[in-house]
Amino acid sequence: MDKATISEAVVKAITTVAPDISPAEVEPDTDLRAELDLDSMDFLNIVVALHEALQVDIPEADYPQLTTLSAFTDYLAGKLG
Amino acid sequence: MYELRMPSLGADMEAGTLIEWLVKSGDTVKRGDIVAAVDTDKAVIDMEIWQTGVIEELIVQPGERVPVGTVLALVRTEGEPQAEPTAPEAAPTPPPRAAPPPEAVPRPPPPLAAPAGPAGAALPGRGHVTPWARKLALELGVDLASVRGTGIDGAITHSDVERAAARPTPAAGGAAGFRRASPRARKLALELDVDLDAITGSGPEGAVLAADVEQAAAQQAAAGATPPAAEKAPPTAEERAASMRRAIAAAMARSKREIPHYYLATQIDMAPALDWLQAQNAQRPVPERLLYSVLLIKAVAKAVAKVPEMNGYWQDDRFQPGEGVHVGMAVSLRQGGLIAPAIMDVQDKGLDQLMTELRDLVARARAGRLRGAEMTRATITITNLGEQGVDAVYGIIYPPQVALVGFGRISPQRTISATLAGDHRASDGHRGAIYLNTIDRLLQEPASL
Repeated sequence: MDKATISEAVVKAITTVAPDISPAEVEPDTDLRAELDLDSMDFLNIVVALHEALQVDIPEADYPQLTTLSAFTDYLAGKLG
Repeated sequence: MYELRMPSLGADMEAGTLIEWLVKSGDTVKRGDIVAAVDTDKAVIDMEIWQTGVIEELIVQPGERVPVGTVLALVRTEGEPQAEPTAPEAAPTPPPRAAPPPEAVPRPPPPLAAPAGPAGAALPGRGHVTPWARKLALELGVDLASVRGTGIDGAITHSDVERAAARPTPAAGGAAGFRRASPRARKLALELDVDLDAITGSGPEGAVLAADVEQAAAQQAAAGATPPAAEKAPPTAEERAASMRRAIAAAMARSKREIPHYYLATQIDMAPALDWLQAQNAQRPVPERLLYSVLLIKAVAKAVAKVPEMNGYWQDDRFQPGEGVHVGMAVSLRQGGLIAPAIMDVQDKGLDQLMTELRDLVARARAGRLRGAEMTRATITITNLGEQGVDAVYGIIYPPQVALVGFGRISPQRTISATLAGDHRASDGHRGAIYLNTIDRLLQEPASL
């Protein structure tokens, strides 16, 4: 799966979980927790949404790496091959 | 006859707006059914009815703001005879009984330019047309596609239909109240929120074209036009935020005025709980993972068994213990503001169920669709500010509750600060300390939670 598609899926998951965030606000290096005010409940919901959309499992231990959209995209690209 | 009244859905709520009836005259309802959506200043709440019976008459209309205690509807309970139909009130809107099927009213000639939706269908892209409005539209020969709805969510009400019927059309040969406009113009008018009736058309015989609509929209935007006089203009986001702020202000000020707060704090070692959680989540599929908050919630509820005077209300000069442990969760809303709906009967629920309910509750709190019971029945509340990075939170009790448990962040040593704000009328520091220590001990045995 190419990175652009993955990135779109991540943005979609974020904006579905937090509908007040517009896609434009999610820039590649925007810190998801600090700048978009996503808490662990939001984060879990995003992980669940991505699990459904991309059939990918993200272990809890890896959550700390997923700080930005680009970090997320790179991580998922690695997992999905 | 049972009088369904506007309930008080939170401390210091004085009035509410009826948004939508979810039942109509003639419907059977039972205790606990959700019958209406009510807008308090904090959220739209699904209002339940606590009486079984048949809806006799809906009195308050969608869009009306009424004080707490106002009769919203009448419900005929078992054993009561059916009431005689009452004379219509002097108010312009007759009671919304289900509209009788249209009798042999000739349909108006098909409108010239626009595709006419069948009179009975919901119009695409619009809110709903009330049955009364639909009937009137047929009788007066008004094309519903050309009517701009001023009810909640763009619903077309009978006054909108009357207005449309009364308005003279500049275009010669048009049916009474019918505005000739191209289908594209109509669609654009809907999208751009422009009143078709206010536009002079430049098309053949005065028909309104798409270009006319675009121009009107541009003018409207430039002039900062106010929306047409609605029966009840929905509040803007700023107005909602401001009234939520006022509601919080009233509740918190009252709490600090009336409740003699005492505060206790303790450090809880969370290593066993976090390790247990990590092991659990590593084995669990993604949708079943647990957040550490559910451990806190369960511990707070279970500890009540040891110190019951933490759970309940201070009312009528005495402590009234709660029937169950309904744990209020302070949820901060993304658009600003705070709400603390309850998870009911936590003492009986396992962690998986609590997790599911917590996720659902937070989602509905943020979307603004909570139920009346959730808003009013919390018997103790938790505020968990761990994620915002503060060490501890010394909170304000939500009246008429008697305790608030606060949790701060998980420290590098994997401890968490737990605080108790206690109502000194209901409990003393000694009992409060036992309560906090019980929570601590429970969290050392996460598997038993």
